Amino acid sequence: MEDNVIVRLDHVSKFFTVRTSIFGGRKVAQVIGNLSLSIKRGGILCLVGESGCGKTTTGKLIVGLARPTSGKVLFEGQDIWDMDGESFRRYRKSVQIIHQDPYSSLNPMHRVYNILSAPLLRHRIVKDKSEAEKKVLELLEKVDLTPPEDFIYKHPHQLSGGQRQRVVIARSLTLDPKFIVADEAVSMLDVSIRLSIIDILRRLKSEANVTFLFITHDLAMAKYFGWEGRIAVMYLGRIVEIGLTPRVIENPLHPYTKALLMAIPEADPEITNLLNLPPGCTFNPRCPFWIEGLCEKQEPSLFEPEKDHYVACHLFKGNDRPTDRTSSI
Amino acid sequence: MSLKHILKSIFIEPLALISRDKAGLIGFIILVGILFMSFIGPYFVKLDTEVKLDKIYQFPSREHILGTDNQGRDIFSQIVNGGKDVIIVAFLAGLISTLIAVTLGSLSAYAGGITDTIIMFITEIILTIPQFPLLAVLAAFIRLTNPTMLALIIGFLGWPALARAIRAQVLSIRERDYIEAARVLDLGRAHIIFSEILPNMLSYIVISFIMAMTGAVYSQVGLIILGLVPFYGHNWGLMIQLAWTRGAIFYKGSIFYILSPIIAIALFQWSAITFTRSLEGIFNPRLRTGE
Amino acid sequence: MDTRILSIEDLSIEYSNVRGKVKAVRDVKLDLYKGENLALIGESGSGKTTLGTAIIRLLPHSGYIKKGKIIYMGNGKEYNIAQFSETELRQFRWKEIAMVFQSALNSFNPVLKVWDQIFDTAKAHGLNNRAIVREKAIDVLRFVQLDPERVINSYPHELSGGMRQRVLIALSLFLEPKILILDEPTTALDILTQRNIIELLRIIKEDMGLSMIFISHDLSLAAELADRVATMYAGAIVELGNVNDIFYHPRHPYTLGLIKAVPTVSSSFRELYSIPGSPPDLINFIPGCKFYPRCEYKIKDCEMTEPILVEVEPRHFVACLRYKEIADGR
Repeated sequence: MEDNVIVRLDHVSKFFTVRTSIFGGRKVAQVIGNLSLSIKRGGILCLVGESGCGKTTTGKLIVGLARPTSGKVLFEGQDIWDMDGESFRRYRKSVQIIHQDPYSSLNPMHRVYNILSAPLLRHRIVKDKSEAEKKVLELLEKVDLTPPEDFIYKHPHQLSGGQRQRVVIARSLTLDPKFIVADEAVSMLDVSIRLSIIDILRRLKSEANVTFLFITHDLAMAKYFGWEGRIAVMYLGRIVEIGLTPRVIENPLHPYTKALLMAIPEADPEITNLLNLPPGCTFNPRCPFWIEGLCEKQEPSLFEPEKDHYVACHLFKGNDRPTDRTSSI
Repeated sequence: MSLKHILKSIFIEPLALISRDKAGLIGFIILVGILFMSFIGPYFVKLDTEVKLDKIYQFPSREHILGTDNQGRDIFSQIVNGGKDVIIVAFLAGLISTLIAVTLGSLSAYAGGITDTIIMFITEIILTIPQFPLLAVLAAFIRLTNPTMLALIIGFLGWPALARAIRAQVLSIRERDYIEAARVLDLGRAHIIFSEILPNMLSYIVISFIMAMTGAVYSQVGLIILGLVPFYGHNWGLMIQLAWTRGAIFYKGSIFYILSPIIAIALFQWSAITFTRSLEGIFNPRLRTGE
Repeated sequence: MDTRILSIEDLSIEYSNVRGKVKAVRDVKLDLYKGENLALIGESGSGKTTLGTAIIRLLPHSGYIKKGKIIYMGNGKEYNIAQFSETELRQFRWKEIAMVFQSALNSFNPVLKVWDQIFDTAKAHGLNNRAIVREKAIDVLRFVQLDPERVINSYPHELSGGMRQRVLIALSLFLEPKILILDEPTTALDILTQRNIIELLRIIKEDMGLSMIFISHDLSLAAELADRVATMYAGAIVELGNVNDIFYHPRHPYTLGLIKAVPTVSSSFRELYSIPGSPPDLINFIPGCKFYPRCEYKIKDCEMTEPILVEVEPRHFVACLRYKEIADGR
């Protein structure tokens, strides 16, 4: 067992039994089937799939909100359902969750101060109210809710969706977690503020080395957040493809992954409109290696970086004899 | 915070919230009026105990606003003095019922499993026994000499219906995301029930209390009318009992004697229940203005 | 030649709220041309849904048209929808203009079969002949690529989200309206289903020659299907132009911000950034430009002067004092 692995799912299955008739007939819905997964400390795993694929259930299993029907959920090598009280409490402090809906993940009757101070006081991270207030102000600063004094005594309904989600993130940080499950953390927020929330998460990763399980159906967001990590694609309760994010995005192997990538609506009209070719290299709007100032201005000639292998791309400029495009290939 | 600010938040703000619902405001005003009359009134309007045989069953006049009873005593003073005991017993009984219902109902819903099954089993047994006959039987065995006993008995029989309603509410709130987050933050069962779940049910709990209280009024008055509660003091229920046994429903002149307490009770019930319409406005922070 | 089919002039819509009047749509001027797809893009509170529902006069009780006209040009005449009576509206809705609402997936009655709901709707609009309605229903369901017999006899929960969305789109096409308004048609759907619906809408546009208005916060929907795009902020249109102008030469800081805030799978990590701040208070507005607090191009004038739409290129309008300085989007 590598001790760099912080969370591991070992052949985990989760079934729900559904009663199909009043006479006791039952059907079994297998939400997750024989799933095995390991996540290294400080890493990012993006879990991608459509609704019903089991990604949210996977998140809940890791956080201990759901119990696997079979298989083990291991935190730092120990089965969370087989831990003693002390270890389980430690596990609880280390693994937190960020929910999708900022409108239902904060208690409407509590003020921001109560929401953030409750875990601090309960777990005696602070000794009294004044220390708690100080720490709460610090947490609010960490999630860019500045000036924190403006937010500390507000009720959730007085905050916007983005502000609420920041409070949710601050709450998940109160116990200094090692692992955070972000379940569609930005899906219900306005498009223009999603990035600012994701950037907070990225900062957490780099500053505190927090490990992330990033659950989303938005592949573009997964690519942005998890570029240095891995992506796992789920379908009907199983992982169909998993690998380093750049590799999976650029060279998808499983047909489902390929279909997903091709189906994503692109915020780029040119991809669908051949009547308006961009100047320069036609592929430049989609090219991950786009060189600003060159590719969108100049159409590349065919270069021959190695014998009998041609490529029309500025990256290969100067890499050997340029060929006249009209010669037969 | 200045005195003005404090006064504002205790008196003006809640009043503004209550008056959101016009009917609720009327209920509130009448309720406060009845409470005032029943608790403060007696200091001003002394109970007329003087027997005046020449003034039996008199119609309302300037001297006797509601007329007189079968012994010439002023009815109005009796009404003013008759609410206190009934209201106090009903309040206590309602409080006992609500406390038991909230504790058992929320524990049952949150803990689930065996606890839930056992508590619900007990609840259902008590519920299926006809309430009033049971009360009547108990009253016959237990010497009800003081109002507290009466309140206790009514309270202990009234919680099952409430408990089921509370349990249903808690079950639905339990699934909310912020409760899941509280679990993951290991905030503890007690904290979750009392700090997270119940505050979201405040208006529901208060409404349950008011329902319990109005139910207790009926139970109480019913027992008194049947003569199962030994005579103590003077109250509306007693007035009805006396009027009825004296045949007040048969005379035209005695109509005020029997109607006055009935209307007093009905008005109290109605105003309390109508007032609940304003409660959502008070307890829901979203509906509060200017914070 | 006037190929317009809808012309909105100086439209202002408000909602009554305990805290005051919510000015959801402010002095909007917009035209829809025959056969074109127009996308209304904006985030929460932008006014796009209010504008869309106002066109067929289905605002909630607390909403009302404060001023302005909604002129529909059809059958050789001009009508002001804003002044239609209830009777006129009943004849007009579904026949001339139809709408598919947001989260319409949940607008099915779970205890009725799809056929019952189709027939109920038809009856409510005066079509009582069962046989004719059935034939038309089969036609239109087939057109949206569903198996008509199977769908008609199913209960809503037996159909997937995508299928239900198709049924609603089919229903909206029943009487062959000239204009179709769709509010967030793909938002609640999975990626693969979204793709199918987008392709369906493309087919509808090509085969039926309708004019469509898409309301969405999703830029990619506009990129896929729209001919022209209007971006809305704080109840007003801040930029209007054809789809390429909007995506490649945006001139309003908000449009620019929206484009830069959306990561895409296929393109590189061009400069991505999020727009700071929060949406504005629609009851108590600040003077001047409503985007001022969040704008990175702001100058002193912006604080007190609210810019109006100016034509900066043929058919490309922007409401910004600094449109000249705003460089190309990339």
